[in-house]
Formats: sequence, C-alpha cells, structure tokens
Amino acid sequence: MYKKFVITLISIFLLSFNAIAGSSGELVLSENEKPKKIKDCFEKLNRATFSFNQGLDRAIISPIAKGYRKLPDPIQKGTGNAVKNLSTLITIPNNVLQGDIKTAAINTGRLVVNTTVGLLGIIDVANKIGFPKYVKEDYGQTLGAWGVGPGCYLVLPVLGPSTIRDTAGSFANVLGGDPWYNASIHGNNEFLNEGVFLTSKALSGIEFRANNIESLDNLEKNSVDFYASVKSLYLQDRENKIENQNRGNIEVIYKNEEDWEEIDNQ
Amino acid sequence: MKKIFLILLLFCINTSNVYSIEPDVFIQSTVNRASQILSKNISKEEKINQLKSIAKETVDIKGVGFYSLGSARKNLNDSQKIEYLKLFEDYFLKSFSSRLAEYTNPEIEVNDKKFLNENYTIVNSLLVGTSERPEVKIDWRVYTKDPENPLIRDLIIEGLSLARTQKEEFSSILNSNDGDINALFKTLEEFSKN
Repeated sequence: MYKKFVITLISIFLLSFNAIAGSSGELVLSENEKPKKIKDCFEKLNRATFSFNQGLDRAIISPIAKGYRKLPDPIQKGTGNAVKNLSTLITIPNNVLQGDIKTAAINTGRLVVNTTVGLLGIIDVANKIGFPKYVKEDYGQTLGAWGVGPGCYLVLPVLGPSTIRDTAGSFANVLGGDPWYNASIHGNNEFLNEGVFLTSKALSGIEFRANNIESLDNLEKNSVDFYASVKSLYLQDRENKIENQNRGNIEVIYKNEEDWEEIDNQ
Repeated sequence: MKKIFLILLLFCINTSNVYSIEPDVFIQSTVNRASQILSKNISKEEKINQLKSIAKETVDIKGVGFYSLGSARKNLNDSQKIEYLKLFEDYFLKSFSSRLAEYTNPEIEVNDKKFLNENYTIVNSLLVGTSERPEVKIDWRVYTKDPENPLIRDLIIEGLSLARTQKEEFSSILNSNDGDINALFKTLEEFSKN
C-alpha cells in the first residue's frame, strides 16, 4: 500500500512538473505543426546515465543480444511473438483511452486468438489469418494524445531514453494499468510471480536490442554526438507514434518545411 | 503547313522534356547504381569511394549542410561559410557512405511519389526485407527547383528524418560549447580524419 502511495505521489509530481514545463513555452505543442523543441533540462545527468547505459550495454546487454541472435530462428520468432502478445494487454486499454474502440476490439480479438490457438502468443496466428498490422500503444502515448506535453527529456538507467511524460506513463503500468503486471505480482496463482514478470520484460529488452545490433552500432560509429542522435531519433519516433502517423507520412515530412524554405531563400 | 507546324510543336515539347527528370525515376536510378556497387565483390573502402562519388552527384550537400547548421548559419561570415561547407562535405560523404556500405545486396523498390510543392517531391520506397532484416520504409526528399537536375535533401527512414537528426546533433555540439562554431568545425574535422 505504502509502495503504491509513493509511486502515485511520484507520478503526480512528475506530471505536474511536466505541466509547469509545458507552460513555460519551451516545449509547447505548436499550433502550426512546427518541430517541437523539447528541453534537455537534465543534460549533464542524462549524459552520465547515457554513458552508464552504454557501459552496461557493452558489458552485458549487447553480448546477450548477440547470443540471442544465434538461437534458432523459430525460438527467436516465438519469443518475439510472445512478448508482443503480452504488450497487447497494455495496448488495448490505451486504444480505449484514446477513443479508438474499433482497434481495441481488433486487438482483443488478436489477444484471444494468439493466446489460445497461438499457444500463449508464441505463434502469431492473428497475423496469418489477416488481422490488420499491430501497432503498440502505451500510457505515455495516451497522455500525449490527450495533449500532455512531453516535458523534459530523460535518460533512465537501464531503460534508456524517455521524457517526463513517458516516464509518468510507465508508472501507470504498475498502478494497475498493466494486466500482466497485476496478474504476475498481485495475482494469487502458482504459475505467475515477480520472476516471470521480470523475465518477460528482460526478454522484451533483449529482443529489441537483438533486432537493432547493426543499426545501433552503425549509428554510433557515424555520429558526431551519439547521445544527441539517440535523443533526436527517440523524440521523432515518439512524436510519430503519438500522432499515430504512418511512417513516412506526408505530415511527418512537412514539419520541417520552414527550415528548408529558409535555405532556399538564402 | 499544318503538318510542319505539328512536327515543330512536337519537337519543341519533346526537347523541353528531354532533360526534365522525374523524381521517382531519379531515385530509382540512384538506388540501382548504389545497389550495383554494394553487390560488387570489391573491398569496403572501394565501395565507400564509389558511393561517395554517387552522393556528390545526387545529394544537395550544400543545402543539407546549411540546413544541419540550423539558426547558427545566420552568424557565419563568408570565410566561415566556405570552411564549414568544406568540412561538412567531408563529414557528410564519410558518414553517408559508411552507413550505406553496411548493406550488402540491398533491394530498394520505388513505389510512389508525392508532390509537395514546386521545390520538393517526396519519393516513397521500400528496402525489401530479408531473413536477416525486416523491410524498411525509406522516403526521399527530392529538391526539384531545377527539374533537370533533381537532388536529394533528406532520407526519412521509417518516419525518422536523417537531416533533422543531423541538425539536432550539430545543435547539441554547439550548445555544449556555448555556441562556438569552431568547436563544431573541430568535431567535423576529427570525424573525417578518423
């Protein structure tokens, strides 16, 4: 109970911090779809955490991810499908919170089919039988869709890039917003416990890292400021996801039009 | 007389279109050239050198360079502009070609184009997936002010703009050094040398 109280307090604090930061005019969602300037309020700390994460990645996460990539394809595929299936448990309430009832219904169907016929999500049967492409949603995206600004950029230990809004959104998971967390940690059953939950989260992280070994290495090698590159890519990706824009959509591209116009008029 | 007039008219229309290159055709031909190089059985250094020469012909390096500098471009004097453009070109060619050289046998299909305005067309393409990597959506911002000589100004990979990322990287370097442009020059120079 005490733990929940503390988490709630932290979330409220973070959210109110976000609101204050938003009203300062530094990070407002602009009316004309100009690129949003998100302030790096804790840059020194963020850079230190980023370096720590890089060290952790080199020592532990990357070697594990490389080992994971050597596993037979069906095992990798099955693991990827299973963690994706678990993520639908967070996506569905967020579809509802964003008013997208149709997608919530489709994702519920996907969850039922994959968890039963797809053997706990190991096989993505829904995809095979023609369900629409799955798009993850989370509480940070929902807050964004509701108009909450991103707040300052944050780099979290182990978890990596985030914003105050997205971090606050993640707290919703442990405050009852993630049925998988609730069933694992608080559910009275003999099959699920904290270890199972943490393993599933670790697998999700390793799966992401394994899928991005080359691209992240390449990015690091060809960046003049790797920290700034990761920050930029994370923030662009979140912007696209919150606006539910198809990647490569014309709206994404139009955002920087003014800057280009200025170059042309030079 | 009418026939002669028609022939003349057709000739004029034809010659006026001869040198106008459609942005999607331009991108397809550029990616085909790059793919050929990447599929060749030559050293990585050789691939990088050949990719650099394609980039020099097809990318508006000067435009991308000024864009990447953001508002700092307004504070440069003429000699700094010249120095910056030289450093940027070396940096850009190395960074761009090294990124591409990691791909072997890439198959890129150009599938659509969207006319933004008379200066820009966005060309949509798809890097075809293999057993080792998923398919990747790549959009190209093509600068068409001179229709006879279209140039690439940005690559938007899965919705993520490379030009914007580069601009934010440069801005971060400038911010960390109290806006000192020489710090950025030094970083670019070091990157190109290593």
